[in-house]
Amino acid sequence: MFETVVLTLQGFLGPVWPLVYSMAKIVAIVAPLMLGVAYLTYAERKIIGYMQVRIGPNRVGPKGWLQPIADALKLMTKEIIVPSGANKGLFILGPILAIAPALAAWAVIPFSPELVLANIDASLLYIMGITSMGVYGIVLAGWASNSKYAFLGGMRAAAQIVSYEIAMGFALVGVLMAAQSLNLVQIVKGQEGGFLNWYWLPLFPLFIVYLIASVAETNRAPFDVVEGESEIVGFHVEYSGMAFAVFFLAEYANMILVATLTSLMFLGGWLPPIEAAPFTWVPGFFWLIAKVCFVLFLFLWFRATFPRYRYDQIMRLGWKVFIPVTLVWILVVGAMMQTPYGYLFH
Amino acid sequence: MDRIKDFFSTFLLWELLKGMALTGRYMFAPKITIQFPEERTPMSPRFRGLHALRRYPNGEERCIACKLCETICPALAITIDLAEREDGSRRTTRYDIDLTKCIFCGMCEESCPVDAIVETRIFDYHGETRSDLIYTKEKLLAVGDKYEEQIAKDRAADAKYR
Repeated sequence: MFETVVLTLQGFLGPVWPLVYSMAKIVAIVAPLMLGVAYLTYAERKIIGYMQVRIGPNRVGPKGWLQPIADALKLMTKEIIVPSGANKGLFILGPILAIAPALAAWAVIPFSPELVLANIDASLLYIMGITSMGVYGIVLAGWASNSKYAFLGGMRAAAQIVSYEIAMGFALVGVLMAAQSLNLVQIVKGQEGGFLNWYWLPLFPLFIVYLIASVAETNRAPFDVVEGESEIVGFHVEYSGMAFAVFFLAEYANMILVATLTSLMFLGGWLPPIEAAPFTWVPGFFWLIAKVCFVLFLFLWFRATFPRYRYDQIMRLGWKVFIPVTLVWILVVGAMMQTPYGYLFH
Repeated sequence: MDRIKDFFSTFLLWELLKGMALTGRYMFAPKITIQFPEERTPMSPRFRGLHALRRYPNGEERCIACKLCETICPALAITIDLAEREDGSRRTTRYDIDLTKCIFCGMCEESCPVDAIVETRIFDYHGETRSDLIYTKEKLLAVGDKYEEQIAKDRAADAKYR
């Protein structure tokens, strides 16, 4: 069915076909992602509201289900103000640079063994590289705004993301040692055989470090000094309307991305928790979605629970706790692989 | 020993997990939000909201234009002009309250010797221009006429403390 549609269209469109097909694939990933982002903001407001003994948005549409749509419409109709002292080109480039990597990284994310846009060999490396690009948008936005608060926010973002990238990278080194591959599909396939075989167990310290570092990478509470509403407002203080909304889209798209990566690398991706009858009936895609939702729920739970870290505490946690912990555990994994118990870490 | 204990409770994230358990429990707690237009919080009979001018049961307005409220008003929100009526009684010709100035302290109500100016329980009123929020004598009397029953009940409930 799908094949025939593709072939008919291919014959009909001729030379433009590859372009159209690529665009269709991009839309097929980005459109659900944007919808996910919209409803993640709704889920965030609802869940944090519930944890604070409130009920959250409930006025727009039944139970407030249309709230994100209303928010989007409001932001789209607002004016984008460019401050007179700002560098206009860079000011506009900032949000674009922030969201582009958050979307581009999805190219290599496998949703099931077959369902992956680009099944490249070094997809983990690609992810590492492309997600590091996100900070440029933030720094550029802070710099181009020509505002001291935005500038401070940008500087904090740079320092924080660079520090936590190291811990995150080391955590991924542990994963690739266990999986013996940089390909995300292979990494998930290496975790087959029930939830005890997923990498969260042998790589438990790395799992925790990765989870916390990914919260810091996405500038979420309790690591949100970059925004720090109460003191500096943040790198996006001069942005309004859709330009501001794009930063929000990028932040939430990044959240979904790191949650997906956590699910793929530590929680077995599309694999069911128990490789037995009732669990294997559910398509793998839904297991992946369920795991992503679980990790995202943790992110929202963190935000509802913890007060913001002080700046020096963030740096101390990143450099003096996470990096040593990951290094030690990589050493443990490496050493254990040379012993007869090495199978425990594969 | 304490330092070692502290180190482990911090390093193993025990304290953070305890915090998360607390917020996790509250997620299932009954919600205390009041759904405002449909539900309202209980209100004291002493509530100080929108002003009203009252009348006696025979329809005669209570205000005798003594200007005590105008004098005591700390925000200078009340403006009164007066004149002698045909029957020789002293009455206001103008009684304006500028609600954009009013601080709802209730001093006008306290000072009034005839309980003419009162503050009602109404707090969800609005004006689309500033002049809508300058309440004239007619408007204030209209509010008083409309809510007299509630106003009288609130005064009666509070009478023994006055």
